Amino acid sequence: MRFSEAWLREWVDPPVNTPTLVEQLTMAGLEVDALVPVAPPFSGVVVGAVMSVTAHPDAAKLHLCQVDAGTGEQLQIVCGAPNVVAGMRVPVALIGARLPGDLRIKRAKLRGVESRGMICSAAELGLAETSDGILGLPADAQIGRDLRDWLALDDQAIEVDLTPDRGDCLSVAGIAREVGVLNQLPVSGPDLSPVAPVNNDRQPVELLAGAACPRYLCRIVRGVDATAPTPLWMRERLRRSGVRPLSAVVDVTNYVLLELGQPLHAFDLDRLAGSIQVRMAVAGEQLTLLNGDTPTLREDTLIIADTARPLAMAGIMGGADSAVSADTRDILLESAFFNPTAISGRARGYGLHTDSSHRFERGVDPNLQARALERATRLLLEICGGAPGPVVSALAAEQLPALRRLHLRRARIAAVLGLDLDGDQVSSILTRLGLTLTATAAGWEATVPSHRFDLQREVDLIAELGRVHGYDQIPITHASSAAVPRANPEMAFDLERARLALVARGYHEAITYSFVSPEFQALIDPAASALALANPLSADLGMMRTSLWPGLIQAARHNLARQQTRVRLFESGLRFRQQPDGLAQEPMLAGIVVGPVLPEQWGTDARPADFFDLKADLEAVVRQAGGGRALSLVRPTTDTVTAVGHPALHPGQSAGIECDGVRLGWIGSLHPALTARLELPPGVQLFELATAGLSDGARPAFMPLSRFPSVRRDLAIVVDARLSFAAVRASVEAAAGELLRELVLFDVYQGEHIEAGHRSMALGLILQDTSQTLTDDVVEQVRVRVVARLAADHGARLRA
Amino acid sequence: MNDSSNAEVGQLQHAALTAAAAAADLAALDRVRVQYLGKSGLLTALLKSLGTLPKTQRPAAGQHINDAKVAVQQAIDARRGELEQAALAARLQGESIDISLPGRGQVPGGLHPITHTLLRIEQLFANAGFSVVEGPEVEDDYHNFEALNIPAHHPARAMHDTFYFPDGRLLRTHTSPVQIRVMEAQPPPFRIIAPGRVYRCDSDLTHTPMFHQVEGFLVDERASFADLKGVLYQFLRSFFEQEDLRLRFRPSYFPFTEPSAEVDVQCVKCGGAGCRVCKQTGWLEVLGCGMIHPEVFRAVGIDAERWLGYAFGMGVERLAMLRYGVDDIRLYFENDLRFLRQFA
Repeated sequence: MRFSEAWLREWVDPPVNTPTLVEQLTMAGLEVDALVPVAPPFSGVVVGAVMSVTAHPDAAKLHLCQVDAGTGEQLQIVCGAPNVVAGMRVPVALIGARLPGDLRIKRAKLRGVESRGMICSAAELGLAETSDGILGLPADAQIGRDLRDWLALDDQAIEVDLTPDRGDCLSVAGIAREVGVLNQLPVSGPDLSPVAPVNNDRQPVELLAGAACPRYLCRIVRGVDATAPTPLWMRERLRRSGVRPLSAVVDVTNYVLLELGQPLHAFDLDRLAGSIQVRMAVAGEQLTLLNGDTPTLREDTLIIADTARPLAMAGIMGGADSAVSADTRDILLESAFFNPTAISGRARGYGLHTDSSHRFERGVDPNLQARALERATRLLLEICGGAPGPVVSALAAEQLPALRRLHLRRARIAAVLGLDLDGDQVSSILTRLGLTLTATAAGWEATVPSHRFDLQREVDLIAELGRVHGYDQIPITHASSAAVPRANPEMAFDLERARLALVARGYHEAITYSFVSPEFQALIDPAASALALANPLSADLGMMRTSLWPGLIQAARHNLARQQTRVRLFESGLRFRQQPDGLAQEPMLAGIVVGPVLPEQWGTDARPADFFDLKADLEAVVRQAGGGRALSLVRPTTDTVTAVGHPALHPGQSAGIECDGVRLGWIGSLHPALTARLELPPGVQLFELATAGLSDGARPAFMPLSRFPSVRRDLAIVVDARLSFAAVRASVEAAAGELLRELVLFDVYQGEHIEAGHRSMALGLILQDTSQTLTDDVVEQVRVRVVARLAADHGARLRA
Repeated sequence: MNDSSNAEVGQLQHAALTAAAAAADLAALDRVRVQYLGKSGLLTALLKSLGTLPKTQRPAAGQHINDAKVAVQQAIDARRGELEQAALAARLQGESIDISLPGRGQVPGGLHPITHTLLRIEQLFANAGFSVVEGPEVEDDYHNFEALNIPAHHPARAMHDTFYFPDGRLLRTHTSPVQIRVMEAQPPPFRIIAPGRVYRCDSDLTHTPMFHQVEGFLVDERASFADLKGVLYQFLRSFFEQEDLRLRFRPSYFPFTEPSAEVDVQCVKCGGAGCRVCKQTGWLEVLGCGMIHPEVFRAVGIDAERWLGYAFGMGVERLAMLRYGVDDIRLYFENDLRFLRQFA
């Protein structure tokens, strides 16, 4: 809602300056978004009268004007505007004037003829975007008067960002009402008294949808001059309110809309056939609107029709065919109340949003129609002339919004606001807001004025009390309430600790969008069933992610393209997968690593991170974060149906992550084919797991420390290269029994001196007894048992 | 012992002391020891020659020689100490390192500034007894709108540019649906903080289609707007670490609260004088809040006569921008390491 301060002050003029007024509005919940001067700075422009116009001797398009600008002498001014005529009052920029755009008016010769000033157009004064000619001023404009002063251009356009509940403030009258309440001042207004009809021409009206339109007023005005110019004062007010002046009839309806908040419509009476019917549209009906669109109407749309066809979309936009044009002689002025429930959402359904629909959706005062119609009639007669008929009023009285009576309890005010208002304060505020109060035992019964659609409940009145009294007057309190320590399972997986563990291991946290490109996702996670947005912002943000990898890979690519050769990122967040039993929104933790394990540094060889670095990260993170003691990696094998590999991962360098036998995710190297396709460097490592599936870790259970020394025996074995370390470990543990404290794998080697297809593993067995010092004999027995078991289980032999 | 032999002892002692003091290293010093105190050392030899003296002179002469031996031994020990000190000093000198060389090993990464800010907010409210609850991001219309008193054609819906799915579900446009889910699931009282991702179909300099909010609410038998002011004053002053930070509660409108307010803080950049960050107003809007609307209580079956509550919601990106001076919201989601490292 945008309006001119000067216009507002005509209604109510509080003794405060502009910044204070703005502050008052903002702090009353009418947030002032912008304060814009209605005209750019200029000076030295006065009202002048064109005394005579003659042709320029040397230029066909220029005129020589003799102008009386109240300076005591006639000024000869050369003017190129086609519309300059003798007798006209015009803005004259005198010698020395400064115009917008840093233009300074000097004495000049134009095609050899002296020109002492400039006759200005509205555009040249910054009062319009474009102008066809000079700005004609009214005949009563006082010659010599400073134009800024005469047009009251030292005015501000105040832009208020109204919340949707305050439809009652979508007019100068509404804003004035608020300002009056805040400053405890009476509010005046224009003459809204009835205009006496001069004939008895009545337009028949049928209300066929009383719930949607319980009140429809109209009036015929015959013999109007639709081409009459809109007076400058009205054009200025429209302009300052952000409305472009069009033609007198439309300008009048727009003016009343801005002034009183009542949208009006004017039909060309000659275009109507039979009676006006206010009815719901019949599905399939079409209507060409003022904007040129011809939507097919839906049944939920209220229309104004005549007996032949739809004329207008009620409360939203008029039709092109019945619109007032320059040829219009007789008009039908409409002023109706449309129920907000019949209008809201409808305009949007047709891709429309108009000043009218904006107001009807939020609620127009159902008692305003008659006054607005009288006001519009009066203005129309003033500008366009014509003969008004009587007001025709069609009413479905029982469908009009009922007057609301609300109970307001004194105790409830204090409970909700935490503020004690005395009875006088309460009644003063509510009475100023237009409510009528009667005292009750607990407080008051309040009758809500018809323009306040938003006051529906007791708490709405309490909110008004807080608002008008001032939120800053409400105390700041710290309610005490029993603080109870909350449950916090010690060994459950803790995402916060997991994040910090990854940070400690050199990872930065990323946050990527939850929606990704469908093509990219299909490349990374082709098997998952994804959820597509119906209205994505763009095609490459069209699909909900089924994995965090697409986002992380994109983030890695972003960084690699910016000279960052070492990327370690992780993210936590939901993935979205369509499952047979519905959509699963699962919290995931995922990471990506590209480049060396350590940042480039002196004294340490750069080693590219591989699967085992990532495995250590994953294990450390899960362990440090409390959960998932039973975490295990499962080698995908292609020879069973149940355990196939992940399509985005290298089949030989990847594993499923399981906890208690439940698959939680994947870890591995990005598949070389994808690596090449995405133009990534080799060795991209990824992990992702569903954290909700991690079981709780085991609470530490203390075991006494052995007082006896431990003994270490190393052995290097040679085994088939395909044999897993897990199998070796199982055999060692079985053979060594409970004396084995720890098994260290301190070397794995394949190559020279080891036969093809084999590899050697160097094992350190750390043995210890809790009740005695181990003797060499016992230790040797264990070693021999282990060697024998490895040989028996796996054909392992000691390395020579 | 006669004077001449006394004089000899004195000379030997003097020579030995001189030699010990002059020994340049431990080997030279050992040679001095052997020369004077060894088995065939000069002072040892004198001691052995005591037998040639008359019996009466022997004790005095022996005492004299022994005194000399002790003096020489002490001098040698002292010199050894000096030499060892010097050797150690030389070794330490040689072993000194350039302590300005960078440390080695893994360099920690960092939390995303949004996460960091979220955790800070959660922590501050945890201190006030609030628990964290999270909710789904793909929501239904009921929890995101209907139950929050935003029916189908409500004008407030136009302010939520909603992402929809073909089946009518949507991406939550705020974290307020968590309020509904919590209140549906358990009886009051509540003190809840609901952080998380939210989505609006909007993208420009100041909007990204995904961002983060923290919703907080309290429901109890006593809870007032004054208490709400108390919690938010405390929170915002703690968050910005500014004890005298001024706040402004402006009346506003949300369908799910009444009364409602928007909360401005005095501009943290200019202190309220007016600058580019606060668009010359001196104030920064940081929060929306209000008393939970009776219609919301009705939707979840809570008796609005018995229970009162307040709720508030804030944009995490905005708070982080104000706190760290980030001037473009899109940077948060590019995940550029040069950006992320600044918050590590």
